[in-house]
Amino acid sequence: MGRYVIRRLLQMIPVFIGTTFIIFAMVHALGDPVNALFGDKAPDPAVAAQIRASLHLNDPLWRQYLEYMKGIFTGDLGKTFSGEEVTALLKSAYPTTLKLAAVAFTIEVVAGIGLGVLSGLRRGKSADTGVMVLTLVVIAIPVFVIGYVLQYLFGVKWGIVNATVGYGAPISDLILPGFVLASVSLAYVARLTRTTVAENSKADYVRTATAKGLPRRRVITHHLLRNSLIPVITFLGTDLGALMGGALVTERIFNIQGVGYWLYQGIVRQNSPTVVGFVTVLVVVYLLANLFVDLLYAVLDPRIRYA
Amino acid sequence: MRGATRAKFAAGAIVIALAATACSSSGSSSSGSSGSNTSGVVSAWWGDPQNPLIPTDTNEVNGGAVLNMIFTGLKGYDPKTGQPFNAMASSITTTDQQNFTITLKSGWTFSDGTPVTASSYVDAWNYGSYLPNKQNNTDPFFTSIQGYTDVHPASGTPKVKTMSGLKVVNATTFTVALTHKFSTWPDTLGYSAFYPLPQAFFSNPTAWLAKPVGNGPYVINSWTKSQQMQLRPNPTYAGTNKAQNGGINLKVYTDPNAAYADLQSGNLDVDNGLPNSALKTVSSDLNGRYINQPAGIIQTISFPMYQAAWNTANAKLVRQGISMAIDRPTITKQIFNNSRTPASDWTSPVLGAAGGYQSGICGDACTYNPTKAKQLITQGGGLPGGQLTISYNADGPHKEWVDAVCNSINNAMGNTTACVGKPVGTFADFRNQVTNKTETSAFRTGWQMDYPLIQDFLQPLYYTNAASNDSHYSNPQFDGLVDQANAQGDTTKAIGDFQSAEKLLATDLPAIPLWYQNGTAGWSSKVSNVTLDPFSVPVYTNITVNK
Amino acid sequence: MPDHQPNKPVGVPDDSNTELSSAFAETPTLGAMGAQSLLDEEDLSHAAHESAESVAVTDREVPRSLWQDAWRELRRNPVFLISGVLIVFLVLVAIFPSLFTSVDPLSCDLSKSQLGPTSGHPFGYDTQGCDVYARTIYGARASITVGVFATAGAALLGTLMGGLAGFFGGWFDAVISRIADIFFGIPILLGGLVFLSVIPSQSIWVVVGFIVVLGWPQIARIARGAVITAKQQDYVTAARALGAGNSRLMLRHILPNALAPIIVVATIALGTYISLEATLSYLGVGLKPPTVSWGIDISGAADTFRNAPHMLLFPAGALCITILAFIMLGDAVRDALDPKLR
Repeated sequence: MGRYVIRRLLQMIPVFIGTTFIIFAMVHALGDPVNALFGDKAPDPAVAAQIRASLHLNDPLWRQYLEYMKGIFTGDLGKTFSGEEVTALLKSAYPTTLKLAAVAFTIEVVAGIGLGVLSGLRRGKSADTGVMVLTLVVIAIPVFVIGYVLQYLFGVKWGIVNATVGYGAPISDLILPGFVLASVSLAYVARLTRTTVAENSKADYVRTATAKGLPRRRVITHHLLRNSLIPVITFLGTDLGALMGGALVTERIFNIQGVGYWLYQGIVRQNSPTVVGFVTVLVVVYLLANLFVDLLYAVLDPRIRYA
Repeated sequence: MRGATRAKFAAGAIVIALAATACSSSGSSSSGSSGSNTSGVVSAWWGDPQNPLIPTDTNEVNGGAVLNMIFTGLKGYDPKTGQPFNAMASSITTTDQQNFTITLKSGWTFSDGTPVTASSYVDAWNYGSYLPNKQNNTDPFFTSIQGYTDVHPASGTPKVKTMSGLKVVNATTFTVALTHKFSTWPDTLGYSAFYPLPQAFFSNPTAWLAKPVGNGPYVINSWTKSQQMQLRPNPTYAGTNKAQNGGINLKVYTDPNAAYADLQSGNLDVDNGLPNSALKTVSSDLNGRYINQPAGIIQTISFPMYQAAWNTANAKLVRQGISMAIDRPTITKQIFNNSRTPASDWTSPVLGAAGGYQSGICGDACTYNPTKAKQLITQGGGLPGGQLTISYNADGPHKEWVDAVCNSINNAMGNTTACVGKPVGTFADFRNQVTNKTETSAFRTGWQMDYPLIQDFLQPLYYTNAASNDSHYSNPQFDGLVDQANAQGDTTKAIGDFQSAEKLLATDLPAIPLWYQNGTAGWSSKVSNVTLDPFSVPVYTNITVNK
Repeated sequence: MPDHQPNKPVGVPDDSNTELSSAFAETPTLGAMGAQSLLDEEDLSHAAHESAESVAVTDREVPRSLWQDAWRELRRNPVFLISGVLIVFLVLVAIFPSLFTSVDPLSCDLSKSQLGPTSGHPFGYDTQGCDVYARTIYGARASITVGVFATAGAALLGTLMGGLAGFFGGWFDAVISRIADIFFGIPILLGGLVFLSVIPSQSIWVVVGFIVVLGWPQIARIARGAVITAKQQDYVTAARALGAGNSRLMLRHILPNALAPIIVVATIALGTYISLEATLSYLGVGLKPPTVSWGIDISGAADTFRNAPHMLLFPAGALCITILAFIMLGDAVRDALDPKLR
């Protein structure tokens, strides 16, 4: 197990370097960010030259990248054009997005598994069909449409919740955006749960348990669910990281200044320290989440052993 | 406040202050006549400033809005008429239109208690101009001061740190020597780049930037970067426009639709970043709590005069035809719900006739006439390259009107692909294409005035090699008339010269005027007396909170 | 049962298993990735305890190929029939839009901006005064082109890379898998914003190319797993013993048996790529005019749905039906190819 973890951690290094370099190169390819600092007027050449020099923009790409990587190891992720440390932005943005992702995750788990079990136990019945059609529709509608419509209905028209997320991102404000963010994953969790529950309900051990005369409720919770949820849990594990990276659209609609907000700002202003810094953390989260899921999988299913 | 339009892009698709015509429901009149709650706090729409909040480093509206609240300059502009008046200056005198003596009113302090002196101005201006400080908003504001090139050489390091044209006489007096005659120069001094800076800034810029200190009607109480800024009335403010409310909380929005949703549901009090899509229903949504009044912003389409194909006598006919093919009245009505007014010159109605605005200078070229349009374009040899593209930045609210303009041209040409919009991903990328002269066809340009002078609508945009001359138009006759106007001691004569110069634009058409943009804002039932100044910025000090 | 994991004794290091979840969906908007992981997890869940049963099944069955079985199954499945008819219809619309409307989608009259449905214009007008019905009909081509070609590209590239990685294993596998991880690590919307901003071209193929670049690792993972499984089957060992070369082994014996899971994932991915095009348009980096697409129209209508709901309803409805049709098709194909569910 230990050796396996070490090997996986080592394998992360090239992936980490590759991903950051691609993002770095892509933001670099967007072009010179300096002209935009001057707004709708031609930049003063002398000032522009000074700014370029201070940002190392005249160096070749590989050297800029090396500079950047050197910074990472000393904890310096660079600055935005308004002079803020990217590390400070990370500290303010990640907790917010984490909170949003956590709310979305909770909704995903509770509603997704609930609907999935309901539908899996009544395969072919109208409740099952209803859930399946509903999840398909949710998957088929683009997230931003769901976001705008729900925001208008719940936030503006009926006034049930705040239309956007207030200062400090209180949990009560995050429920609606959390639902929007979770909607697609929720649909997948429901469908996945349904499939595994339906399959396992025909399995021998369930038949045995039922034959032993165990109450239906106990069969479902102790035997059926326990085995059916293994794939669901591993899906959920990787999805937590995915929720954080995918919050771009939701954060924009509900005015949440999280990871998506800064990524968007970074791209629009072509500020590579911001973009690469945030993506770097996302990539690390993603890689660790995958490792965690693989390990969790071994814990849940004793038939799997990692060496 | 250059690049009003751009700031928003930068702030991420925050819609530009919309604009428009005059049927304003005149904000100040409305409810709350029973009195106001002077300690009530107003929440207002805002976007994250792009650059550090130093006056000489801020060239976009979001940073500008805050600077205007925490600073008061030598001059101010009347929020209703736009007329310059002495704010901190007690007098600005000159005998030759080139050497000025500025005297300050006494008794002004920064909110940290230190006095505002002549040095506060001179040091700030020297700081801004000094090249190693990398300030981006100095051209053209300081370039006309003697000694600018010494502190700001075109290359290399400057030999001196101060401009020879600035001399402190005593604590309340300093003199300014310009490199050339510039009769309306004192009226430019209300612009934010000319604000003073306290000693605290020079001794520890980083600490100052975390919480800027100024001499304006408000002080910054707290600032959570990218989320909100709390401003409270400055108890020691010496000016006349004291805050009528208990403070302003500026809330950062990425998407104007989110702000509008908050406004409707009562979570936001003042929204001057209304999205186009809201304009149709805003008045009924808010029971008339909506203002729509002219602002000093004009939108234009520019042509790359540096491309041979666009710089011929025939191309002039084509540009004329393009301009005549645009149905401005229908577009401003349908796309902008009358928050724009069809333009017929290159300035803005907020200048007033006395200030140099004269409708109709553009003449027939700005009047919709599809038949004549097609005829002119054909006569001029057709569209260069066979197709007209209008380039714009996709992170701003431009797609709708560019598509509408293209459809209008296409309908006139009887060809559904004669004109197409050409979105460029980011504002930065768009500006790179414009400044690097790689545009091959038309592109959008917009101008928000820095100060209400006709000079500001012409010289920075069309003078040879001027900072915002994006079409790279060059006409010695135009340059000569502008120089002559700047040297005139008499304002009326100066304006006459500027208008003569403007008439050259009507013949050459390096850029075609589209519409004058209005300022628009909606507000909640909690507040009253919401007005916009000619820069389309809310007059925050006058907003009152209802009891 | 080609989409199953290799059946290995417990306790033996299992590379295919350990690498499996190292490249996972990074954004919930990309439904296919979720769907694909869904498949994987199912596979994993019964991989082990299924083995005995699956052997029994293969023993019992008359030598009739998986494909014939699946086809027989599909013909009787109403979900497949409905989605099939819908897709044929949609493809017809995409290829011959002028059969369904005589109105030019680019001919617009601004004075009719946002007007509701009238006779002759059953879907009303959009903000520019263009006919929404005509735009919905003509929009099918761009949207379906993006979906079909992006899926085809991702499937080809993914099958090639994943197949080779699975077949050769070793360092080659490690390199390909790490490269796939790199592309998986980039959040797709972020990648879209940057990548599509860099490329100035307005062509639809740029969007297709982008989706292929970020979409292939998903298919590659499935292909790799399937090839590893197929490689260990007895008939492959037999063929190898009989002297079959690598290319013959790959093309004649392994590929046909590894295709099923790839097809399943690809069908579901197709629907989500169409949806992705809409989201990219919303972010301002998707397809560009004068191309007519549902994504462009939906993103333009999303914030005006209060004033002109018809502008959103019709293109979004068309998009929704199309994605539904492809996901349902994918579901049906999966059910047919997975004997376990019969």
